[in-house]
Amino acid sequence: MADTPISITLNGALKTVTVPGMKRLLDVLREDLCLVGTKEGCGEGECGACSVILDGELVNSCLIPAKQADGARLQTIEGMAQSGQLHSIQRAFAETGAAQCGICTPGMIMAACALLARNSHPSPLQIREGLAGNICRCTGYQKIFDALESASRQNG
Amino acid sequence: MRSHLPDYDLVIAEDLAHALRLLASGEGWRPMAGGTDLMVLFNAGRLPYRRLVSIAKLEELNSITVFPEAVAIGGAVTYSTVQRHPLLQAEFPLLCQAASWTGGVANQNRGTLGGNIANASPAADTPPALLVYDAELELISEHGSRLIPYRQFHTGYKVMQSRADELLAKIHVPRPHRPLIQYGRKVGARRAQAISKVCFSALAEVDLSVVKYIRIALGSVAPVPLRCLKVEAALTGQNITGGLIANARELIAQEIQPIDDIRSTARYRSLVTQNLLGEFLGRLL
Repeated sequence: MADTPISITLNGALKTVTVPGMKRLLDVLREDLCLVGTKEGCGEGECGACSVILDGELVNSCLIPAKQADGARLQTIEGMAQSGQLHSIQRAFAETGAAQCGICTPGMIMAACALLARNSHPSPLQIREGLAGNICRCTGYQKIFDALESASRQNG
Repeated sequence: MRSHLPDYDLVIAEDLAHALRLLASGEGWRPMAGGTDLMVLFNAGRLPYRRLVSIAKLEELNSITVFPEAVAIGGAVTYSTVQRHPLLQAEFPLLCQAASWTGGVANQNRGTLGGNIANASPAADTPPALLVYDAELELISEHGSRLIPYRQFHTGYKVMQSRADELLAKIHVPRPHRPLIQYGRKVGARRAQAISKVCFSALAEVDLSVVKYIRIALGSVAPVPLRCLKVEAALTGQNITGGLIANARELIAQEIQPIDDIRSTARYRSLVTQNLLGEFLGRLL
């Protein structure tokens, strides 16, 4: 199949790339748009490392063919900090020590962002369910849950 | 090994007629909805279909319509949409619960009810709920549409009563309109992201300890999502007693056909199935 133009509103700016329609959104981000903050973990939708927010919904970018994202709004970890200021969720992760090796962290932060956008004050159980698709092999999760509680408190 | 990208063709269907035309063309087009199953195969270099038509956004497949006697759920409705629907939560809690068991949030935002059925994994979590609710499937093609009871749809491991030119347009579930005791449990390695070792769904109407109506279905214990008709027949009209529960446990162990695989053993699955049936029937006492 010939390459096809894909237009995405990426972190607020319109981007167009010409790629094979079945190229994974994850690879489009990392290879064609040079945004390597989004990580690949398992490549089969089990680990959440490649989580991004597509049209307001958390998705695994390793399972999305580029063509299905054509015309969509996309938020990635690179769009979280604004004007050199970390997003409140990023700050909460740093302050609570919620990152160790860091591979899961961008996906965790995107999952946290999607959860807090839907529910600004989630219960501990809702935090666990919201992050259930994001696997961390370092922290044991508690500090990540603490980071979300801290970030949700900052929501007032 | 990864798939070779130029070997694959993906078309976004403009409307339902476009999708049906491609499926009927005889050119090997296959439907893809949220991609949560097909893209896993694709990433592993094991996707046999080279021509895919995306049906994820088709309006006709994305609605949930409530009628007085039934609810029609579009084939491309996601697990997240199912879970958030107030009427489905109230009347079909086992379906919403099963949708919440499937993958994590990101998978639930993309994966679809129709995809869960058409992927035909015997370990899928929503089919047992659809079986106990007596769901009917509406299959559509260029030649029109037809209804088939869901319990007749899966005829063998990954074998279904559908043609290559048909799409799963809607899942119709009759509204119960009476109080039912509903019970669902998934047993897996962990709560999220785990594929079931056993998935159990059941409901019953009981009047003075007598079973008036009962449905029992399971996932991961047979080549297909399994409705346990023999156990249902043995329980219907009976007074629930300890002896009846013991007999039903023996009977269900004969009706299921579990296997040993990477997730569990036949023996464990059989024991868990009996225990879950016992727990469910205990609630009817």
